[in-house]
Formats: sequence, C-alpha cells, structure tokens
Amino acid sequence: MVPKDLKYSKSHEWVKAVGNNTIVIGITDYAQEELGDIVFVELPKVERQLKQQESFGVAESVKAVSDLFSPVSGMVVSVNEALGKQPELVNKEPYTNGWMIKIALAAPTELSSLLSAEEYEKLISEGSK
Amino acid sequence: MEKVIFEYHSQPTSYVPAADPAAVNKHIPAEFLGAEEVTLPQTCEQDVIRHFTALSKLNYSVDNGFYPLGSCTMKYNPKVNETVADFDGLAGIHPYSPEECVQGALKIIYELESFLKEVSGFSGMTLQPAAGAHGEITGILLIKAYHQKNQPEQKRNVILVPDTAHGTNPATAALAGYQVRQVKSDNQGDIDLEDLQQNLGLDVAALMLTNPNTLGLFEKNILEISHLVHKNGALLYGDGANFNALLGLVKPAELGFDVMHFNLHKTFSTPHGGGGPGAGAVGTSKDLIPFLPVPQVIKKGKNYFWEYRQANSIGKVRSFYGNFLIAVRAYAYFLALGAEGIAKVGRQAVLNANYLMHKLAKFYPVPYHRTCMHEFVMTPHQAWSVSTLDIAKRIIDYGFHPPTIYFPLIVHEAMMIEPTETETKETMDTFIQALEQLAAEAVQNPELLKKAPLTSPVGRIDEARAGRQLILKYEKGRDTLLT
Ligand SMILES: Cc1ncc(COP(=O)(O)O)c(C=O)c1O
Repeated sequence: MVPKDLKYSKSHEWVKAVGNNTIVIGITDYAQEELGDIVFVELPKVERQLKQQESFGVAESVKAVSDLFSPVSGMVVSVNEALGKQPELVNKEPYTNGWMIKIALAAPTELSSLLSAEEYEKLISEGSK
Repeated sequence: MEKVIFEYHSQPTSYVPAADPAAVNKHIPAEFLGAEEVTLPQTCEQDVIRHFTALSKLNYSVDNGFYPLGSCTMKYNPKVNETVADFDGLAGIHPYSPEECVQGALKIIYELESFLKEVSGFSGMTLQPAAGAHGEITGILLIKAYHQKNQPEQKRNVILVPDTAHGTNPATAALAGYQVRQVKSDNQGDIDLEDLQQNLGLDVAALMLTNPNTLGLFEKNILEISHLVHKNGALLYGDGANFNALLGLVKPAELGFDVMHFNLHKTFSTPHGGGGPGAGAVGTSKDLIPFLPVPQVIKKGKNYFWEYRQANSIGKVRSFYGNFLIAVRAYAYFLALGAEGIAKVGRQAVLNANYLMHKLAKFYPVPYHRTCMHEFVMTPHQAWSVSTLDIAKRIIDYGFHPPTIYFPLIVHEAMMIEPTETETKETMDTFIQALEQLAAEAVQNPELLKKAPLTSPVGRIDEARAGRQLILKYEKGRDTLLT
C-alpha cells in the first residue's frame, strides 16, 4: 500500500505536506511489515533541529531495533505522543494515526529530492527479492 | 507449568523453631531498620528446592542436545575444564593476595596470553574485559588513544561499521564517542569495496570488521580492505566473536587487523549466552601495546609480577584482573587440546557447517552460494505461508534449540545455523531429517507451524505484547503473570 499523495525516502519514511512549510513524517506500510510488531518508538523532543538524513528516533520491533531518518531538514514542531502507549498504531495505521513527527521545513527545496509514489513502489518491488 | 515462587504458601515445618525478627532487630541501629514490610516469598525449604529443581528440568542446554544458535558458538564444553576452574587453589584465591602467594595464577594469565598471541598473531594482549562487547569498547579506546597520541591534530571522529555487523559494534562506537557510518554489503555478502572507499575519509578512525562475517562468510577481500583502511591512516578493528572458524587456519594479525577481541566464552570452553560471566580478551599489534590496560603480567627470571607502570595506558577497564576463572577454563582447554588439537578446531567447525548447509539447501533457500565458514544463513521458501519465526518454534517440537533468527538484518527472514565442531555427524543427520520433515509440513500443514511449539511447557508467546507491556517483577495481588 503506497498512497499516491505522499512523498517517500529510500529509507522507507513517508512525507506529507500539511501546508505552511510544514510536513508530517511516518514510516511506510512496507517498513512496518518488514519490522514486524513494533513494541517501542523513541521520538525526538519538540524544537529539536534535524538535518536531512539525520536519525530522529528509533523503532523497536520484536525482530530488530531500527533508526528512523528524517527525509528533510527542519525543526520538530510536534511528535505523536500516542505512540508512547500504543506503538502498535505504526503497524495498524502507518499512514494516519501511526504518524511520528511534524516538522517545520528549513529547506523546502529538499522535498524535490524525495521519491514519488511510483518511484517508491519500484524501489520496494526491487528490494524484496 | 510450574507456578512462581510467590504463589507457594506452604507453612514452615512445625518442628523447626520459628524465626524471631525482634531478636535480630535489636542488634540493628534504629535508623537502619526499614519501616515497610517487604514482599518475600513465604514457604518452606523443601518447597524452595522442589520449585527450583522443577524449573531446572524445564531448561534446555548444550548438555541436553543440539543447540545450533548461529553467532553464539554453543559448542559442548568439556567438563574437565570446569573441574580445573573449581580447584581450591584457583577458585579460592583472593585478588588482593600478594604476588608471591599466587604465582600459579599469574603464570596461567601470562601463558594464556601467550597462547592467544600464538593462535592470533598479535603481539599484545589483555584478559581484563568481561565480555565480547566489553572487549570491543576496550579495543576502540585503544584506537582512540593511539590516534590522539600519534596524530593529535587530525580529527578522526567516525567509525565505519558494515550493515551485517552485530549490534554491539555500532553501540560500542557510539559509547566511545564516535559517529557511526554504515558500509554496505555487496551481492556476494562481502563488504562493498566501492562503498567502503567512498566512506573512508580522513575523519575515519577505524573500520570494525567481523571475519568471518555474520553471514558466516569469509571476507575474501580482506587484504585489500586492510590495505585501504591503513592507507587512509585508520585502523582495522576485528570483532573476533567468530574466531572459532579461524582457529588453527588463519591468524587475524596476518590479515591486517590491528586489534581484535576474542570471546573466550564461545571459542575457548565457557558456554555463551548462559548469563554467566564471560571474558573478552583483546589482542593488539605492537603499535597499540603502550595503551593496553594495566596491570599486565610480566615475567622476570622464573617469577611473575603485576606491572602497573605504563604512562600511556588507557587505565583499568575492570576491577582486579578480569574474570579469572573463565581464563582458567580457556587455559585448560588449550592444554587439553594441545597444538595439534587446536589446529583442527576451525577445520572441523567449517566442515560441519558446510555439511549441514549442503544437505539443508535442498529444502531451504540459501541466499549466498558460497562455501561457508562455521555458520550459514538460510530462509523459508517465498511461496510458503509460514515465517522464520514459525519454523523456529516448530524446531522446538522436534527437540532441538532453534537457530538464531532475523539476524543478520540484510537477509529477509534469516535463520542462522552454527553446528560447531563438537557435534557428531549422527546428531547433524537427525537435525537434517527433522528439517526435511518440517519443510514438508510447511507446505502441507502450515497451521501446525503457526501454532508451534506444541510440546514445550509454554506455548507460543505473544512477543509483541511482552515487549509492549513489560512486567519485570512480581506484584502482590496479581496472582498470575499471565492475566
Ligand atoms: C559477532 C558478535 N560480536 C560481538 C558479540 C558480543 O559478545 P558478548 O555477548 O560477549 O558481549 C557477539 C555475541 O554473540 C557476536 O556474535
């Protein structure tokens, strides 16, 4: 499941523009499927400055612990507190209630370096051999 | 299933005089007396013994059966080495004993270090670290001290770690204050040389490399890798957790490693993963000797001494001298096998793994078609509806310990199998038969695998729930942990 209206990173995060130079980040359905049942999500503090590709947190599943990477630079304006009690939201609703952080973009042009839904679909179909 | 000890409420035996807390309390100054009642199990001695005996019978260990837990080297550890470690003169000595009273213990440390140097080719050695991961941090601190001393003006703040590395490698680098940069593997399972070159800047302090790597494959470009790393002024750290595969075949120092930890509790006769103490001896090239932890054992004439004078030492990494009795087991193991036996360990471990891989590859896809070293990775067929977890759980029903699963991360649905050199062909053949049958079940009766294990004291555990709702201690009133 790869929603058409989102942008994607090679490290399996999705990015959704929500207006006013603000975007929301989560991980894709493919990523949550690969990780398996997520038991813990560590998110950054609000107001933290992130560089593109910088790790903003960690997702721990029954199989592995994985870094989460920010597809863009900017400041964290809010994080999904609900994941503290219900990390399974990332598995169940990766594109909606399983969102992770909201960022005020520092360099909006970075968005053009991200993958389209078609490009991301191609990436994951090549990846799963 | 055995209940938890808190659920026993048997009365103390009637003829045993009752404890009198007040009689004890009057000897304790009032400010040290606790006010709250503590929740301790209340039962009689024989029920305590029966409880723990019952639990011990549920255990599965190398002494029960085959334990092919990849990366952990769960080999059979000869009992004679336990006997030796139990000798009064070794188990009963105090670390503060004067040197002249413990010459035998110092000799064991000195000689074990020389045996380890002999099989690895390194010039320096310390037995202080208490585990593999502790050996890693010690080794990386040696590298840091080396760079600071030799090239203080060059800022080297990055450590390269391959994407197949054990999690302790990046954790070690981060703990030592370095940034971690990942290097990709190529489609052969080796380090991608191009990616390595791209990542090798002047900011790199070291590459941490496991050889054979966690896929059980020998890094065949190792000489080129060490050349590239050294040309860049960086050092090559060896994760020697898989040294069992090389024992008697290759000396890591000759491959270009500057420093490497050994897991004495895998390769040298102490069980790994049992929760007991371990030992992560660290070997180094000549250049790193000045930075080794103190004290070092030195020999003058016939006598052994602790040497603390070493101006550039990184200091102590553990109290006293490390887990000495683990070193004793390793020493006894070396002496029992001798040069001749030690030289065959790696060969037999590699032969066993290749035998298993070739037989099992008929039923389970193997991602890399190469001769393996001491272990290999295989996966379920893509067409099967069962996962690696289901297979691992079903293996329990066949009476074996499951392999390591979902590691290394770069192989989808990995099962990692390490038979070790101590297993017989008969044992491996029974395992092969079981896995052949299991592969048939995966096609004909997948539901069976999804429900497995069916024969163990505890059935399928809800791992996700266990992770999300951590309950680590007994709480009064919560009468069973399973509600
Ligand atoms: C490849 C590798 N490196 C490092 C370690 C860490 O060793 P330890 O568990 O003794 O800390 C292990 C442990 O199994 C390992 O397999």
